[in-house]
Amino acid sequence: MDLHLEYEKDKLYAQLKGEIDLSIAPHLRIELDNALDTKQARHLIMDFSSVSFIDSSGLGVILGRYRRLTEVGGTVRVENASPQVYKILEMSGLSKIIEITQSNVAVGEKGE
Amino acid sequence: MDTALVNSVNLQFKSIPDNVSLARVVVASIGAQIDMTLSELDELKVAVSEAVTNAIIHGYRNDPDQFVELQIERYHDRLVIHVIDRGIGMPDVQEALENVSVSSNSEHMGLGFVFMKTFTDNVEINSEKQKGTRITMVKNLVFRKES
Ligand SMILES: Nc1ncnc2c1ncn2[C@@H]1O[C@H](COP(=O)(O)OP(=O)(O)O)[C@@H](O)[C@H]1O
Ligand SMILES: [Mg+2]
Repeated sequence: MDLHLEYEKDKLYAQLKGEIDLSIAPHLRIELDNALDTKQARHLIMDFSSVSFIDSSGLGVILGRYRRLTEVGGTVRVENASPQVYKILEMSGLSKIIEITQSNVAVGEKGE
Repeated sequence: MDTALVNSVNLQFKSIPDNVSLARVVVASIGAQIDMTLSELDELKVAVSEAVTNAIIHGYRNDPDQFVELQIERYHDRLVIHVIDRGIGMPDVQEALENVSVSSNSEHMGLGFVFMKTFTDNVEINSEKQKGTRITMVKNLVFRKES
């Protein structure tokens, strides 16, 4: 998993890249939890602009961090989900409990 | 129903997490040979990902020394995808579907079958306790008239 972490006070910014499935989810879970533990962060902001795929293994990781952080009065936010990924997040019901913003370009279409 | 087989792929792979993306790639490349839209392809990838993930984590309880089978049949009017494991099976399929333990500490959301059903036109589950599970998903191919 390509994961880039940054901290700002009680906020953890996580930039994710690639496809979040069963091969990635366990590592992502551990790395996020470690980062949240070490820095005592209460708010997790995930940048999904380079996430090209997610399935229920990935959704589970988001749900788990949401549960963990709401217990301490924190929040989870997902930013810049591609239309396809956004649709999965929406269908899962996660968009009802966490804030999710959508980007209007599919991953890889940005002409970088 | 058109019975002429246009293409078929049979693949057996180890029951390990890295092979979930392999299964997606294979299905996507078959799908790309057909007039499927990108978003249909993306949806099919989610459905396959869920079925293979279930075979690995539920069917084989993460035992890496087992094998998952992926069979793809392409007919003129439809794509048929089978995901097969010879693992623990489900004693009662209906119950497995309805009583997914969405407990407060579990991160399983019970969405696998929901996605499979939403993103394909038909899902069939054949499962027998201690024998294994065969998931069959059908995606109808709609031929768009050139406008
Ligand atoms: N291949 C399989 N072998 C045995 N049990 C399975 C298999 N696939 C699914 N199941 C059962 O069906 C349930 C529902 O699956 P799913 O909708 O993917 O939700 P989840 O995987 O999040 O539990 C699983 O919890 C499991 O009990
Ligand atoms: Mg599942």
